[in-house]
Amino acid sequence: MEDAEIKAVIETLLFISGESLSVNRIKNVLEDVDLSKIKSLFWELQHEYEMRSSGLRIVEIAGGFQIATRPEFAGWIKKLKKVKQSSKLSRPSLETLAIIAYKQPIVKAEIEDIRGVDSTGVIKGLLDKHLLKIIGRKDVPGRPILYATTREFLQYFGLREISDLPTLKEFTELMEEDESITTSEAQSITAIES
Amino acid sequence: MSYQVRLEVFEGPLDLLLHLIKKDELNIYDIPISTITQQYFEYIDLMKELNLDIAGEYILMAATLTHIKSKMLLPQEEKVGEEEETEDPRAELVRRLLEYRKFKEAAEDLCEREDIWRDVFYPKNEVSSEFEEEEVMLDVGIFDLIDAFKEIIQRMPDKTSIDIIPEELTVRGRMSALIERLDVTGPEGLTLWALLEGDTTRRAIVVTFLALLELAKLHLIRLLQIEGDDTLRICRISSNDEAGEAEGGDADDKETD
Repeated sequence: MEDAEIKAVIETLLFISGESLSVNRIKNVLEDVDLSKIKSLFWELQHEYEMRSSGLRIVEIAGGFQIATRPEFAGWIKKLKKVKQSSKLSRPSLETLAIIAYKQPIVKAEIEDIRGVDSTGVIKGLLDKHLLKIIGRKDVPGRPILYATTREFLQYFGLREISDLPTLKEFTELMEEDESITTSEAQSITAIES
Repeated sequence: MSYQVRLEVFEGPLDLLLHLIKKDELNIYDIPISTITQQYFEYIDLMKELNLDIAGEYILMAATLTHIKSKMLLPQEEKVGEEEETEDPRAELVRRLLEYRKFKEAAEDLCEREDIWRDVFYPKNEVSSEFEEEEVMLDVGIFDLIDAFKEIIQRMPDKTSIDIIPEELTVRGRMSALIERLDVTGPEGLTLWALLEGDTTRRAIVVTFLALLELAKLHLIRLLQIEGDDTLRICRISSNDEAGEAEGGDADDKETD
């Protein structure tokens, strides 16, 4: 098969799949094409969409590729049809998700230790939304439940994989910078005063 | 049903402390413990005034702060020749605050991502919705079933029944009855309401409910919910899909009955 044809097949599959498609799943369909070829054609296709300022784009999300609309055109979509959007996540939910995303697998007690508040209700809500899953029990007395984030979590936040999140160290450094600015400001103020 | 009332935007004692530190531009590594303790107590008093149920976590933090404050007031014994530095009584609290703040930042980052990505839409999976009608339905979890059950119990006319009928209600028996009914109705299944029509007592509803849970666990039935509608439907998992499993299950039922 010609590259152009393979690319067209990939595009077709992306269009129809309804969920993010991994390179391996494409490989299952296009048996004779090797993985690296499929991957490079994915990139090409992605690039082509970008080049012709299409309203659509190909995003790398939840471990695969998917055709998606651009967020800046959301207004037009909503004008065309009533879009049912779930309400945004609450702050406690986001906080709990952040802790789990970085520390998974994690038990409830550890989450509550960081947040300083009971998190039972929040965790249940996130399980219902399929943003969290139970992946087993920790081998300690009481065998507490271990939680982890799901594929839906990656999809919801537009992440390819969990390591796409900025590292916690980056947050610390960012904050430290803030702090050093404020301290140096404070110092310069005292300098002026004296 | 319980309602959670939030005072301003604080999600807990740590969040409140961080807010106080930020508000007064205090140095997190050198918190003026007596000022912050005082402010903390002012908030607790405000919460009391507003008649809010103050969560135990807030009280615990108040105790911690008071404890640190009293420790700070004690004169430090300086032992000559002993290099070992006594730990700042605030150290543990600072560590927790820093840790919590890190995740607050991370949550902020997720919030920004959410803002962008909830405005991204994907092509719908038209192929499967045309050929497998079931896929339009959402598989629902046990929690949805429990919610529905709660509603049924609430809707039940609460007249106390005087007749005492020694009915033989067993979960096993009900399971077989349900399966028989569902086998007759075919793939579209029955709504939860329809299934419970005959049950007039709380006891009967509970037995049916337990039977449904058991059947769901054995993968003999499927709980479905049409998107946007909160009616639960119960369907038989078609026997040609999982013939072996289903048959086996039935056989077990009969043996134990």
